[in-house]
Amino acid sequence: MRALVLLWSLTGVLALLSLCMGPTGFAPGIVAQALDGEATGRLILFELRLPRALLALLVGGTLGLAGATLQGLFRNPLAEPGIIGVSGCAALGAVIAFYSGLSASIPLGLPLGGVLGALLAIALLLALAARDARISTLLLAGVALSALAGALTALALNLSPNPYATVEVVFWLLGSLSDRSMEHVLLALPFMVVGSALMLFCGRGLEALTLGEDTATSLGVSIRRLRSLAVIGAALAVGAGVAVTGAIGFVGLIVPHLLRPLVGHRPAPLLWLSIPGGAALTLAADIAVRLIGGAVELRLGVATALIGAPFFLWLVLRLSRRAA
Amino acid sequence: MSHLTGHQVRIAAHGRDIINVAQASVCGGELVGLIGPNGAGKTTLLRAMAHLTPLQGGSMALDGVAMGSLDPRERARRVAYVEQSGAAAWPVSVADLVGLGRLPHLKALAKQGSGDRDAVAAALAATGCQHLAGRSVDTLSSGERSRVLLARAVAGKPEILLLDEPVAALDPAQQLAILTLLRDLAGQGLGILAVLHDLPLAARFCHRLILLKNGQVLADGSPQIVLQDQMLAELFGIEVESGERDGQRWVLPWRALP
Repeated sequence: MRALVLLWSLTGVLALLSLCMGPTGFAPGIVAQALDGEATGRLILFELRLPRALLALLVGGTLGLAGATLQGLFRNPLAEPGIIGVSGCAALGAVIAFYSGLSASIPLGLPLGGVLGALLAIALLLALAARDARISTLLLAGVALSALAGALTALALNLSPNPYATVEVVFWLLGSLSDRSMEHVLLALPFMVVGSALMLFCGRGLEALTLGEDTATSLGVSIRRLRSLAVIGAALAVGAGVAVTGAIGFVGLIVPHLLRPLVGHRPAPLLWLSIPGGAALTLAADIAVRLIGGAVELRLGVATALIGAPFFLWLVLRLSRRAA
Repeated sequence: MSHLTGHQVRIAAHGRDIINVAQASVCGGELVGLIGPNGAGKTTLLRAMAHLTPLQGGSMALDGVAMGSLDPRERARRVAYVEQSGAAAWPVSVADLVGLGRLPHLKALAKQGSGDRDAVAAALAATGCQHLAGRSVDTLSSGERSRVLLARAVAGKPEILLLDEPVAALDPAQQLAILTLLRDLAGQGLGILAVLHDLPLAARFCHRLILLKNGQVLADGSPQIVLQDQMLAELFGIEVESGERDGQRWVLPWRALP
């Protein structure tokens, strides 16, 4: 409980700090100008900085929650939101929207394509896994789906007639929170709220799953229902996030793992704690990329991967040492 | 006292029957051992009793009511199942792990109440695990883990307890302690069906034995009656040494028959 209050406080402080950050460093003057009612200040604060901070909060929070949910479902600390293939499919949807001209012809075409890709992934996952009640089947389906989405994305890039468009898509895929508007927030928000609610309903089932699927079933938990809740919830929330920001990796992997000891390793309270945990980490990383600045902005997805991948390696080594 | 009974239970896999049992049951107050050679279908039958494996034929009923027609949570409150490996995915505390046994009793969105905590404390006491309550489950020895898993099942205050090899991989003192504990729990009215591999222990501690071979019940009755030389030769293909101490018959596998 204390950890929860502490993490939300930290998230609040980081969100305020994020509002004080300009594209190339600390610039709190804008906030003062905006509070004075000055027009340019208000524009910058509410049209640029606020959506960016809100998206960091929402995307980070849902990535943390989705990571905790899927690690609980797969009973594996190495699971992350991308593992069920939904991130790859959302990215593919966005890429298709980009090349088909959808993103140019209607507002928000790119994120809408991403959401459609994520929804398609959910339908495929549920169809693939419906014949088999085991959770491991879902994992395999997710890996296959990721590979397929990756291949089709590569195909789209390969066939692109326009090298500039290719560069643009590649940069978008790297994941960033810059130049996002309130419309992006409002597009993603409903999916994230519904998805998060579904995931938070998984708490008790994930607790029971601590002792395996048979024991969980014998404790009155329906594995089928739990799996559907977790997958649909994670896919909605993560898919919407990828659709508006591109792929931001490793947040969902690191956050639950770091916070798990604070709740005695119990899966249910970890869900609640991982929301502010993911939000805080993403806000901090997004502040960091702006502090670093430079001629070319370091993409948030690149930054989280640079921190996350070595952490992942360390995690694998530590787990293998414990098993030995 | 409640009773869990299977009638004409048939389970098939890959086109052939792996279980074909006319009747198998466990009643409140008795400790029943399910014994038989490897591959006889003991775990499959136990899982069927726990409503974890679908039946191709026949019925499984708790006090005459089909297991499948019971609400899953009511079924979970009344019938507990402890699987063989029992590995916990997360290094939670023993108290939290035992608390999982209370899940079927919790109302939606409710937290554990004093009644739940009392039941956990009672289960820890009944299994001699109080001193482990604060320990992380990944620090337990095999014997301690077996007790804790048993405590988890007991905490739900079930009427029927189904155990898959509760004394596998334990040293002799731990085996005796666990089986004595199971006898005590049965004495308090719990009906226990346990898959056992240790013939001497099964013979000494169980009120009744179900002998399973090739998915069929070879014999079902008190150890004194069913553990005859000829029966054991047929079941395991072994010759046993036997004797008596304090009015109790003991058996010891002596050699495999050619």
